[in-house]
Amino acid sequence: MSTQRTWIHGLVLGAFCLGFGVVLAYSDHITANDIAARALEDRLNSLAEVIPHELHDNNLVEDAISMKNERDKEITVYRATKDGKVTALAYEIYGVGYAGQIRLMMGIDAEGKILGVRVLAHKETPGLGDKMEVKKNHWILEFDGLSLGNPPAEKWKVKKDGGQFDQWTGATITPRGVVDAIRRGLELFAANKAQMMNMNAPKAQTKGEH
Amino acid sequence: MAAKYKTIIKDGLWENNGVFAMVLGLCPAMAMTSTATNALGMGLATAAVMAASSMLIGFFRNQITQEVRIPVFILVVASMTTLVDLFMNAWMHELYKVLGMFIPLIVSNCLPLARLEAFAAKNETLPSLTDGLFMGIGFTIALTMVGAVREIIGSGTLFADASLLFGPAFKGMEMHVLPDGMGILMMILPPGGFLTLGLLIVGKRILDVRAGKAIQMGGAHSVA
Repeated sequence: MSTQRTWIHGLVLGAFCLGFGVVLAYSDHITANDIAARALEDRLNSLAEVIPHELHDNNLVEDAISMKNERDKEITVYRATKDGKVTALAYEIYGVGYAGQIRLMMGIDAEGKILGVRVLAHKETPGLGDKMEVKKNHWILEFDGLSLGNPPAEKWKVKKDGGQFDQWTGATITPRGVVDAIRRGLELFAANKAQMMNMNAPKAQTKGEH
Repeated sequence: MAAKYKTIIKDGLWENNGVFAMVLGLCPAMAMTSTATNALGMGLATAAVMAASSMLIGFFRNQITQEVRIPVFILVVASMTTLVDLFMNAWMHELYKVLGMFIPLIVSNCLPLARLEAFAAKNETLPSLTDGLFMGIGFTIALTMVGAVREIIGSGTLFADASLLFGPAFKGMEMHVLPDGMGILMMILPPGGFLTLGLLIVGKRILDVRAGKAIQMGGAHSVA
């Protein structure tokens, strides 16, 4: 008897899938604009932390370009211009910490001096590996003003490895990863300066970035 | 009639509390409770999903055949979770960023599914809505208790960042309980979560015994 009515179960399930599918599609539609606006606000906030307001009069997001970094990953380079000349750049850099990837945003001026670095995302242990967050410690501010020659190449490491940057009690891997990421970010600028500062390159399409 | 609703409400809030009595939903109860504010936010998001799912299943219970009830329950919970995820991303963005990947994980939380199976599938729309809502609020209370204990002992604050996550009106809730640096770090790490949750479950058991009630086994049974 129940084998004759098997199709009814499929029908019920199908009807629910269809109904809720419609509800989800509609909800996605009505929230799409607001979600995109929030993502843009997040992006602008993290950019504002590494590029001082006075340095630019353009829209950082509209004048951005896409390029591949030293590990072949597609990154967006935001350019700050004032009176038509590029004054600063900002882009994401990636380091490896104790518990996985550390995402940072680095701001660098046209001469290659760091304007600021801020952590965007990490999975390090709270209380041990989170001293790179500007809210928890001033450590990340020590990079302001440094560049590839200052300090010299051998000194771009944590003190334990012979460099000049402090590591933290109980955590060496995390600061080591951050210092390495910043150094690679500076090297990327040195190697691709012309391309990064080229205002005539095609602008990046703003996708739904995180 | 009122007595029935009173029982549903009492059960959901405390007697048959999802975390302390039924011992369900432990993943968010330990992972999202390092601060009371995160716990509160997580609990409320789950409560929204539970209220909506229970109401819908209560409404459609006669149309859902036995053979496909589990897929339909999961479909409803997943849809409601997606709606909560979209709405929070659009309109409660700071809280959304903090809760992060744990909002989708509401689907894997056994508590909503347990209430659908144990209650909403057999009761009318309004009682089901009440059950889902108050089980969700009980879940929120449980999580916030765990979060408060962990935050006070672990960071020395209570409801830190409430204004950031819920809005400027909640600034008054933020408290500094212990001097800076006096917190025990372990409490905001996973071992602290296990410890706090375990002790609070024991606490409820002690209260039950004192009140002469039977000690309830964990699991999705209704007390009534």
